[in-house]
Amino acid sequence: MAATARRKLLLMGRSGSGKSSMRSIIFSNYSAFDTRRLGATIDVEHQNLRFLGNLTLNLWDCGGQDAYMDNYFSSQRDNIFQMVEALIFVFDVESKELRKDIETFVLCLRNLYEFSPGARIFALVHKMDLVVVEKRQDVYKALMHSLEDTSAMFSFKVQGFATTIWDESLYKAWSNIVCSLIPNVGIFQKHLQSFADISEVDEVILFEKTSFLVISHVTGNRSPGFKSDSTRFEKISNIIKQFKQSCNKLRSQFQSLSLRGSDCSAYIDSMTASTMIMVVMANRAVPDDGTNGDDAVDGSSAVNLLADQDPFSGEAENNIILANIKIARKMFEKIENLSLE
Amino acid sequence: MTDDHGPLTEGYDRTPQHSSHHIPKIMMMGLRRCGKSSICQVMFHNMPPLDTLYIESTSSPSTTVFSSFIDFAVVELPGQTNAVDPGNEELERLFTESGALIYVIDSQDEYINSLSNLHSIITRAVEVNPKINIEVFIHKVDGLSEDFRLDAQRDITQRVTDELLDDGLLNVPLSFHLTSIFDHSVYEAFSRVVQKQIPQLATLENLLNVVCQHSGIEKAFLFDIKSKIFVATDSSPMDVATYEICTDFIDITVDMDSLYTIDHSQTPALKAADTAFGNELDGTDPTFNKSKPIGSTTRLNNGLILYLQQMVKGLALVCLMRKESMPKIALVEYNIEFFRNALEQLRLLTV
Ligand SMILES: Nc1nc2c(ncn2[C@@H]2O[C@H](COP(=O)(O)OP(=O)(O)OP(=O)(O)O)[C@@H](O)[C@H]2O)c(=O)[nH]1
Ligand SMILES: Nc1nc2c(ncn2[C@@H]2O[C@H](COP(=O)(O)OP(=O)(O)O)[C@@H](O)[C@H]2O)c(=O)[nH]1
Ligand SMILES: [Mg+2]
Repeated sequence: MAATARRKLLLMGRSGSGKSSMRSIIFSNYSAFDTRRLGATIDVEHQNLRFLGNLTLNLWDCGGQDAYMDNYFSSQRDNIFQMVEALIFVFDVESKELRKDIETFVLCLRNLYEFSPGARIFALVHKMDLVVVEKRQDVYKALMHSLEDTSAMFSFKVQGFATTIWDESLYKAWSNIVCSLIPNVGIFQKHLQSFADISEVDEVILFEKTSFLVISHVTGNRSPGFKSDSTRFEKISNIIKQFKQSCNKLRSQFQSLSLRGSDCSAYIDSMTASTMIMVVMANRAVPDDGTNGDDAVDGSSAVNLLADQDPFSGEAENNIILANIKIARKMFEKIENLSLE
Repeated sequence: MTDDHGPLTEGYDRTPQHSSHHIPKIMMMGLRRCGKSSICQVMFHNMPPLDTLYIESTSSPSTTVFSSFIDFAVVELPGQTNAVDPGNEELERLFTESGALIYVIDSQDEYINSLSNLHSIITRAVEVNPKINIEVFIHKVDGLSEDFRLDAQRDITQRVTDELLDDGLLNVPLSFHLTSIFDHSVYEAFSRVVQKQIPQLATLENLLNVVCQHSGIEKAFLFDIKSKIFVATDSSPMDVATYEICTDFIDITVDMDSLYTIDHSQTPALKAADTAFGNELDGTDPTFNKSKPIGSTTRLNNGLILYLQQMVKGLALVCLMRKESMPKIALVEYNIEFFRNALEQLRLLTV
């Protein structure tokens, strides 16, 4: 019997800073637009999430109004701060009382130091969309700078992210947070690497199925120089997540995607019960051996288009990939169901 | 025609190879702040709807040239109540050159003023050009409840037609659309407006019908990739949900594709992103390694399959199928090739 691991995450920050919004987007299929419907959280809202088979994320979304806050630091103190694996503190960049927010943050650290000294600390500088692009970096750095010093006093190391619900930055932050809590993330990485090596693909990414957070990714070493966008992983999370919402509107669910792109082919498909895999391969120029008669030999445009479009070209390659995914599934099922703790 | 068009041809997307005199025009009018610029920005310049809050109101007309299966120019006039003062020759010339006039009404505001403005515009426009399609956008309906929307539409339709009747204007080609930039309604409305301007619409629809019937396709749209306008669809009934999932599917296909492009800049004058969309794919540049037209397929768990294939000139065919048709996918692709060729020929005829 596989033991499940529970991980308690504290979501803290002033009222209106965006805690419930981000939780609803990442874990409950809200769109950024939908979050305007959220009311202030009353006291603490608990959300238990099954993540990767044996891991349960236990989110404590702590309503940020002063009356509740006061309680967290007095009567509820041990209840709140015991057994915490990670603190996610959300700063509203537009906050008028930044000093007070930092004080609250320090209070959290002080209590964690006492009750959960092993906790990981994440600071999200949130609603970045409200800051003009040129100033974002400075605003973020300035705040992080002051947080690092105070965290060090309690021998915590704080990891910061600049986020907004209006772009993929939210996925980057949460992917990092969650991955830091998955005990077997290294095993996933290792097997993804061998999958990439064996099937000679250019990139493989593993996602958790419901949140579509990136768990692990591997880029092949003979990758053909894609115009590399280092934010592409969280961008894919964001893109597919939005499409999942569109599918939900049709009372249906997203299952798989096959892209015959201008320079690549890509597949997204289920890997295990709780993961999806994406495989990317560049379209390599096939040396023209005259047998498939494509690639602008005669300069006639219509024929070129047709040849490029040949639905059967590359089909063999595709089938190999699909077969490889099928084989890898068993392995990944096993990792997913490894007993934790 | 070398006369100066004054500020009317001032605009963003003016492409040099065709001056905007010769392409069909679609006019946009309406009172200040009713949402004309927002509609243009969202539809043709990919502006996120929320950013329209910061659009400054402009005082001069602007033209967006739009290149798709057909080329057309959207001419947006600044809102003013006295637009139809007699002797405004520029306006009259525009009426004659335009196939459609979109009049935008802010449904969240008192609309009495815009109705009298609309009335004087219609009377003037049909006097000059009896064939001009009057398309009324009852706009910003995102702020109204479902019931309210229909009431507003009923009320506005009634008032406009009554007044025209009083003037003895009987056969004005008049349509009403409920629109908002915050959902797909403005795209659908704009699509309907553009379709009426396409002379080959019937042929396109027939072709799509044939493709659907012979391939087990439930619904097919020919989309303009950039604007999400659908140039044509087959004649089976359509619902908004289907349209929405198709446009969202175009979005993810384009977005995903753009994350993995190879820099083709070694090959001169060819930027990967431009070749894939919009630019001529039918040029005869024999570049190897040239970016391919894109396609994609997605499966949903209820057995629905979406299939996208890029066609000529920034167009994409998006089809809705059931998984039962998948064994016949080779046939589907064959028929889609047939459609592509027909489309090429149709285009050759028109250029
Ligand atoms: N502009 C902008 N608005 C945001 C962002 N994130 C959240 N919001 C908005 O902020 C408002 C408050 O968000 P909530 O998630 O309810 O705030 P909360 O932290 O849970 O507040 P309490 O429950 O009272 O502690 C909502 O209207 C969100 O739409 C963001 O990144 N940018
Ligand atoms: N709620 C809502 N507001 C809209 C919509 N379209 C435009 N607006 C807003 O209306 C205001 C005026 O728009 P603008 O395009 O400048 O109007 P114009 O003067 O007709 O060009 C802006 O603040 C837009 O954000 C819509 O569909 N719904
Ligand atoms: Mg809340």
